[in-house]
Order: sequence, then structure tokens, then C-alpha cells
Amino acid sequence: MSTLPADTEPQGRGLLLLELDGAGSHPAAWRVARTAPAAVLAPEHLRGAVLAAESAGFHAATLSDPGLPETKLPETALPDRGQPDQPGPDTAARLNALQRAAFAGPVTRSLALIPEVDTVYTEPFHISTQLASLDYVSGGRAGWLVAASTSAADAAAVGRDTVRGARLSREAGDSIEVSRRLWDSWEDGAVIRDVATGRYLDVDKLHYIDVDNGNYAVKGPSIIPRPLQGQLPVLAPAGLLTPEDVAAGAADALLVSAPAPELLTAEIAETRASVAGASEPALIAELDVVLDSRGQAAAERLAELNSHTVWQSPRARFVGSAAELTELLAEVLAWADGVRLHPAVLETDLEELSRLVLPELRRRGLLAPTTPDATFREQLGLARPASRYAAATSATAGTSTTAAGAEN
Amino acid sequence: MNHSTHPATEFTPSGQLQLGVFFQGVNSGTVWKTAESGSQTDFESFRRIAQTAERGLFAAFFLGEGLRLREHLGRPHALDVAGRPDAQTALAALAAVTSSIGLVATQNTTYNDPADLAHRLSTLDLLSGGRAAWNIVTTDNAWTGANFRRGGYLDHADRYTHAEAFVETAKRIWDAWDDDAIAASASSARWSADGAVRRVRHNGQHYSVDLTPRLPRSAQYRPVLFQAGDSPEGRDFAARQADVIFSAHPQLDDALDFRRDIVERTIRAGRGANDVKIMPASEFILAATPQEALEKKAWVRSLQIGPQQAIAYLEQFWGRELQGYDPDGPLPDIDPVVEETSETRGSGFHGAKARQLADQWRAEAKEKGLSIREFVSAKTSRGDSTFTGSYTEVADRLAEYARTGAVDGFNISPWLIPTGLDNIVNHLVPELQERGVYPTQYAGSTLRENLGLATPVRTGAGVEARSVTA
Repeated sequence: MSTLPADTEPQGRGLLLLELDGAGSHPAAWRVARTAPAAVLAPEHLRGAVLAAESAGFHAATLSDPGLPETKLPETALPDRGQPDQPGPDTAARLNALQRAAFAGPVTRSLALIPEVDTVYTEPFHISTQLASLDYVSGGRAGWLVAASTSAADAAAVGRDTVRGARLSREAGDSIEVSRRLWDSWEDGAVIRDVATGRYLDVDKLHYIDVDNGNYAVKGPSIIPRPLQGQLPVLAPAGLLTPEDVAAGAADALLVSAPAPELLTAEIAETRASVAGASEPALIAELDVVLDSRGQAAAERLAELNSHTVWQSPRARFVGSAAELTELLAEVLAWADGVRLHPAVLETDLEELSRLVLPELRRRGLLAPTTPDATFREQLGLARPASRYAAATSATAGTSTTAAGAEN
Repeated sequence: MNHSTHPATEFTPSGQLQLGVFFQGVNSGTVWKTAESGSQTDFESFRRIAQTAERGLFAAFFLGEGLRLREHLGRPHALDVAGRPDAQTALAALAAVTSSIGLVATQNTTYNDPADLAHRLSTLDLLSGGRAAWNIVTTDNAWTGANFRRGGYLDHADRYTHAEAFVETAKRIWDAWDDDAIAASASSARWSADGAVRRVRHNGQHYSVDLTPRLPRSAQYRPVLFQAGDSPEGRDFAARQADVIFSAHPQLDDALDFRRDIVERTIRAGRGANDVKIMPASEFILAATPQEALEKKAWVRSLQIGPQQAIAYLEQFWGRELQGYDPDGPLPDIDPVVEETSETRGSGFHGAKARQLADQWRAEAKEKGLSIREFVSAKTSRGDSTFTGSYTEVADRLAEYARTGAVDGFNISPWLIPTGLDNIVNHLVPELQERGVYPTQYAGSTLRENLGLATPVRTGAGVEARSVTA
């Protein structure tokens, strides 16, 4: 945005993202939530959660889409038949992340909406279209958190073999490449609505992408015009993509994890050094959060939750007071471009974050402003890029028929 | 609700009509050349149409699906509206800004996986409080397959066999959770009760599925199923599987024949005579007086098919450029260069015998004395699906459909976005209400309730499993 409102508080650059899955990131969060367990699937829950995140001052919400639970039924069991001794999933059912983000689009004004979308067992053409559509329904506030499922259950659900190792990076990189090309396949201004010639489209601004990566081929062009942001910001866990893909700009931001909070800054610094060069993705630290709340110590809350189901997570975990968390975030934001918080129990921890942590960080000038109707790219400080195909078109201006023909 | 064990063998007209709206997003039906023509992709256009429809108590908001951009002579087609969002993404957003209207997503069985599609439809159904529907379509051509991992893999003849196995699998996924599967309170042993979720497995010719579904049933049990195929196989498929047919038979006599045929097929499939609703595709051109409506129709047609669109329409059947021909002159005297028309303008055009068709059309145009433009306008005007007239005139005609039970409603394609429903909602709906053939409020909160559909019966395996584990 070119004109930002004058503000008495100092403006920083730090971004805060909030993971909004279900009742919270802790698998037993539903046991301490103030609503009935099934309520987490209701639209009112989602509406309340995104509005709470937005009014708390978060810049973005992520919506996770964890893989299917491994089925506990033995192979020999009769199909279709529930077994009394078959344990039900102990964590809540999940709504599709991309559709939750779409639902949140018209409900919010400044919150970027970032669904996690798998790249291994999905059709790249579908997810490209879905993400572009999300950009339209959110007014340019969409992002994509790239995932690559390692779950055997996800593979079995669609009748494919489990993908592991280097092929995961390849599937993720290939899918991003297809989406990015499809997003560029309609140049800006391809819809011309020229009454005189009867042309709705300028066909010279539409492009076949003709991707063939050896694994599959996608022809294009997209079925939806270029997303409002041109290219949606793509986020990926650090280490998922190959260094070559990262260097080539496959991701706009990397999510960086460390085993403990005090190791985050070193991990950020190390990641920063490793990606220095061609592309400079934003680095976002990952942090689980359990806060003191309503007179109950965070450690006590965590112990109670863990007595039901132990919270296993690959992320650093902060357990303590709002003031201590503020200090930690201030320190991490000196190194990282942003932090994604995973609240143990959404309603409880978000209340503390909203009341105590975000206002103090904002007062200290560590957070970027939240601007109604700003795009997610604008929040990240990214310019809106021209379509990769636009240059090719202008270079061959005057022989456009031949140029388009050559792409067939 | 009728809970008798034997399905009804006599069709009983409800005497009522429902309306749906089909936001097309492609083709020449939508007028884009006027000052009132809005964006085809901005969310505000979708919101405006859906909210207007909801104000008019419409049962459903309907979106098509695009899997490959239409082409004309080997390049993207420039002359018609093109470019549309993913149906379910747009509908999930609309779920947040509407409260009663059904949300119908057209989704293909050929280039989706049952586990993924069923999950996304469940999500839409839960996010909308039980208002989701799936319009089941099939495709088989390799031209569309060029955008997908699988490529073109399905024979035309297999498309319904494949689709039916797909739909059966989706239904099992939606049936997988018992009603009381989710923990009633925080003190329950687990989030979902042991044994209350069934595993679904299917091994078919083209795909296999093995999963424990992730979502419970919605307020309307599962998404409502729409189907549009008109071939004998398509009709039987609908009679076995669908809740609503999005038909191509809007003329009263034709609609009555279609109803009789579908009732027969539905009974043969072991279902009740009233179990499948019929809503034909239609276009409404309305005004205060009959004369104004006729003038408006001429204006709409001239905007839908301009000179360039008329030539291009013939080019797709001739397979060659016809730019030298006068749109206001006779049909081209040269022959088509292709054997069969291609699928690249959508499956509706696929496979016509080009030369035979050209001969036939030339004869027809000559006999009626029509120019290229007049001929194409007549061919593409969806003439038999258009209701033209004053509000009272058209309301009288529609009341006859309600009385005879020819259809259960109409699925309207507005020719103007986003204001194309305004006069229907403001003027036609009150006329229908006065005649007692249109609802004066939503019957319920789910699409199933609003369409008067019964709650589905659980699949055999599910019921059996229920009694075993009870």
C-alpha cells in the first residue's frame, strides 16, 4: 500500500501468524474447551476464530490439514464394519483447510489466509485453481503453506504408493512449479471485453504452460484469470524443498523449527546463511505456546492436557507467562521476519496473546501494521510480479500468432 | 415425512416450484457487452447473485466446473465469457455470507479422487450447515486429461460405470460415521467413540480407495446429489443415484414426457416415484408487458451472438476459418475439413458428424431464409428453454408446470451478471407466491429440507454394522 495511515506507534516489520486448527494445537485441547467437542466443526467456530485472530492483531492465520489418521483396523477385518475395539481418533475430525480459508475470506479484512495444501496426493491443476480462487474470495489475502504428506494412510486413500525421501521434495517442487506457471498463464489484462471486435479475451495473453516433469504433464492454461496478487506467496517448511528450488524462488517464506525456544535464533541465522544468494525467502520461526491463564500456571495446564494425550511436536515450545513470551518473541523477531504461534488451546491462549502479548510487541514497534484490504504480498513486502510470459509476448510483438502457435 | 417401508409407486405433483440459479461463468449466454455487465470473477458478483437469490427464497446457487479452457481452431477461444473460479472454493466463501440457499458444485468423477472429493464436499456441507450439493458430471476425453496426472484414461463407454462406482464410494464415505460418534462431553473416553467410524475400501478398475473417513454427517445427512446426463444410461444413473436432475427439458409437453420416463426408471430402480426432483435449465427474459419482453429478447440475442460469434460458431463445426463469409449472408458453401467436431469447446459439442451436419444446416437455413447470424442465433438461443413475457404471463405458464407436476422447479441462468436476477426476484417471485406455487419462506435450514427430499437411508453395510456393534 502506498499510503499508510499515520500512527503514533512505531512500525516494525515483524509478522505474527496464528495456527487455527480445531480447538487448539494440543491433541487434548477439546477436553478443556468451553464448547462441546463437535462444535469445532461448526461454521460459527471458524467465524469466531478468524475474527478473534484478526482483532488480536495477527497478520495471518494458517489452517492445517493433517494427514489421515493411520487406520487401526487389521487388513483381514471386514470392510465397512466398525469394530467395538477399534479406537476412534482421539483428535478431532478435520475440515478441508482450503475451504475453511475460503469461508474466512469474506468474513475478514486484513488477516492473510494460508491453508496447508498437500502436493503429493493432489492434482496440481486443481490446487492451483483452488488457491487462485481463494485469492479472489479473500481480496488478495491468500497464501499457500506447502505440505508433502508422508502418511501411508493418505496414499492408501487415493490408491497410490507412499512417497518418501527425495521424491517428496520433488513432488512439492513440481507442484509449486505447476501452480506458479498456471497463475501466470493468464497475463494481467487478458480479459479485454472489446465490444468492437467481439473479443472477450486477448488470446495473445493466454499461455499453455506445457509442463512435463517426467512424473506427469500439465498443459494449461488455467481456467481462472491471474490471481489478484499475481502470484500467491508460497510458504514451505525449511528443508522440504531442494536448495536448488529454494534458490530459484520456489518459496517466498520458509518455516523454521528448532528443538527448543533458545535455539530458534541460531537456527534462523543458520537458515539465513544457507539461503543467502539468489532468492531471499522470509524466515518464519515456529513456536508452540502454552501460557499462564486465569490464575493457572502454564506448566500446570500443559501437565493436565498431557495427562490425556501427550503433545508431540517437532517445534520449539514455550511454556510460561505472557511477559516471558513477549521477551522471547522480541528476541526472535530481531532475527526472524515472523513467528508462527501454535496455541495449545486456541480460545485460552489466544485470549492471553490478544490481551497481553501483541499489544506490548506493537507498543515496542516490533510488528508490521495490519492494514485492511492489503494483500498478503504487501504484508510480506513483496512487489506484485509481472507474469513470466508477459516478457515473451512483448519480445515477439507483431508476430503474436506465430508466438502463440509456437507454444502449442 | 413418509416413513412407510414401500416406496411410492404413483407420482404425486407437489403443486410447488423451486428456483435455482446457475452462475455460468463461460459461454455466450451471459451478456458482457453492456455497461451493466459486471465481473465474472470478482467475488462481489457471486455474493450479489447469491444474496439476491436468497432474498427470492431460491433453493440453490449452482456453479459449473472448468477443467480446461475452451479452444477455437487450436487456440483459446476469444469471443465468449471465460475464466471462472473453482466451484467449491467459491461456494465455501458464499457459505459465510448466506444462510439458507443451497450451494451446488459441479464436480467431475473422472479427474477427482473419491476420498478427496467426498471430504471436500463434506466440508462444504458442514461449513454451510447442511446446504451442499454435488452435480455429478463425467468426462472421458484426453484433451481434458492433458491437465491431470492420469491423463486421458477412460473410455467413453465406461464413463457411467466409473461414475457410479465413484458415487457409491462417496456415499459410503459419507455413511461412515455413526450419528453419536463424536464425544458428547470433555469427559468422554475419546473424541470419536470406538467402533463408530467405519473404514471404507474399494478396489476398482481405475482406482482404489482405503480410508477411515475424517468427517461426520451434516445437518442434512450428506450432500444432495444432482445429475444432468440425458442419454438412457445417464437417466438410469440418475434414477438410481440422484436426488435432483438438472434436465434439458423445459417445454411443458417435453417436460411431462421426461417426468414420466424418470418416474418409470426411478420405480424400476427400487425408489419412490417422487424421490427424484427435476429442475430444467432455463433462461428468463421478463418485462412489465409482453411487447417490452419481446423487444428485450431481441436485444439480448443480438448481444449474445454478434457477427464474430456467429462466424466462430460455424468454424467450430467446419473445423476451418470462415472469416471471408458475410455474417449477414448465407451459410458457407464449402465443406467442413474435419470428420467430427472436437471436444475443445466443451463436451456438449463433441462428436457431431460435421459434414452431415453442414448439409443439414445449409438446407435448413435456405428453407427458412436465414443469414449466418440469424441461423446461429436461433441455434444457440436456447430457444426452448427461454421463458419470455410479462411477469404475469410467465407466472401463469409456470403455475401450469406446478399443477401438472412436469417439473419441481427451474434452474435459471441469468443473462446478466450480477443484476440478472433482480427482476425475477422483485417481480416474478411475488406473482408465483400469489398463485400459491412458490414458497413464502424457507421450509428449513438445509437444502434437503428446502427441496422436500427425504433423509437418505443408510447403506446396507452401515445398518448391518450398526446392529452388530449396538
